[in-house]
Amino acid sequence: MYGKGLKPLSIATVVAFAVGFSLVFFYAPLDADQGFIQKIFYLHVPLASTALIGFVVGGIFAILHLRTDNNKWDAYSYVAIHISVIFGVGVLITGAIWAKASWGHWWVWDEPTLVSFLIVFLLYCTYYPLRYAIEDRDRQARYASVFAITAGAFVPLNFMAVRAAESLVHPRTFGTVEGGMPGDMWLTFLVCFAGIALLWVTLVSFELTAKRTSGQLSRLRRALDDGGHGGGPGVARRIAPSGAGSR
Amino acid sequence: MTPSRVAFAAILAKDLRSELRTLQSLPAMALFAVTAFIIFRFGLDRTSLSGSLASGVLWATLLFAAVLGINRLFVAEREEGGFDAIRLAPIDRSVLFGAKAAALIVYLVALELVAVPIFAIFFLDSATALGPLVAVLLLADLGLAVVGTLISSMAVNSRARDLLVPLVLLPLVVPLMIAASGATEPLLALGGPGYHRFGTWLMVLGLYDLIFALVGWAVFDFLLED
Repeated sequence: MYGKGLKPLSIATVVAFAVGFSLVFFYAPLDADQGFIQKIFYLHVPLASTALIGFVVGGIFAILHLRTDNNKWDAYSYVAIHISVIFGVGVLITGAIWAKASWGHWWVWDEPTLVSFLIVFLLYCTYYPLRYAIEDRDRQARYASVFAITAGAFVPLNFMAVRAAESLVHPRTFGTVEGGMPGDMWLTFLVCFAGIALLWVTLVSFELTAKRTSGQLSRLRRALDDGGHGGGPGVARRIAPSGAGSR
Repeated sequence: MTPSRVAFAAILAKDLRSELRTLQSLPAMALFAVTAFIIFRFGLDRTSLSGSLASGVLWATLLFAAVLGINRLFVAEREEGGFDAIRLAPIDRSVLFGAKAAALIVYLVALELVAVPIFAIFFLDSATALGPLVAVLLLADLGLAVVGTLISSMAVNSRARDLLVPLVLLPLVVPLMIAASGATEPLLALGGPGYHRFGTWLMVLGLYDLIFALVGWAVFDFLLED
């Protein structure tokens, strides 16, 4: 059966979101420096963390694909990266809004996390042209996995290099938020993080289910077409549900 | 099974010999670099450069010139059936990765032997920084070579090959360029070379080289399967 577990997963995501946003608006205290705009933190940071973890998870699936030669893992890797890239768009947009509100500029080069994320995002955007420039299905899967592994190793390295490029002159702007964050802010953040991570898992499951279903559908169509062109009753029996064939 | 050392030497010698005979990549890379310097001279409207501007011009030019060579690295293998020959040969396939990366390092060193002195003549007041710059250049070449070989071997087997190399390579080498230009900037500073965080940057370069050499070595096999 398709889509097993999608319903509880979706419900859990909605519940986590509802609880998370209630906490954001009614429980978490207003930030002393930044005021209301700081609340975008509960959306921006979980999105970014989930996207980055998703990229690395895509790389791990790619390793599994190359080790087992099972195309299932390639589909997992592709969908993980795909959803993370979509989350990445959200990260850059919420990051820009936050930067504009708290520093007065849409883009701030001094903030190494933002810059690193942009570089990682751009790299993963090239996953699509690379993947779809290769026609042969198996080769496409293998090359995509090689890319996913290389890029997965790139993510931590890139963060390190960009942070090193920020000489010690610039203070870490988020030091106050992250370091000395009070307990109620932490709780809110963790619930929001759980919600976003659940959303990622749900979207990945939906996309995988859709891929599996459409693959199965086209297989069935091909089988039917073969049957129509003189395949005989054998094909019909092959696609009939087991136990129904009485011939 | 042919020993890897022998296979490595044979492939590297084959590549260098065919480059010497056809001169497909190197002259184009060198010409490109010199032309780019001239464009920077007018684009920036400067006749002498120092510090971050000098290191930016140098590294942007070297990187784009390297892309030209990386684009052509596997073209002969693909067009003349070299990939099939490697698959048939009783050798460890990762050897091809090592040999191609070594060939690319030779090309890059040759490019820099031409381009860096010309850069110094065009824009620098003194050549004292060129000595320590060699270490930065070599470490950056190693990183460019391993990543470039990996991407080039993927791109050459795709439909959009000339497009893919710059597209995928440029974001991948951003950390390399950050470290290389970070080390170069104080070296080319006005009033003699400085060594601010020189060791840190060399370490970042070395780490980058090590990680991608290992990744490339590990995954290259899968690019040759068919």
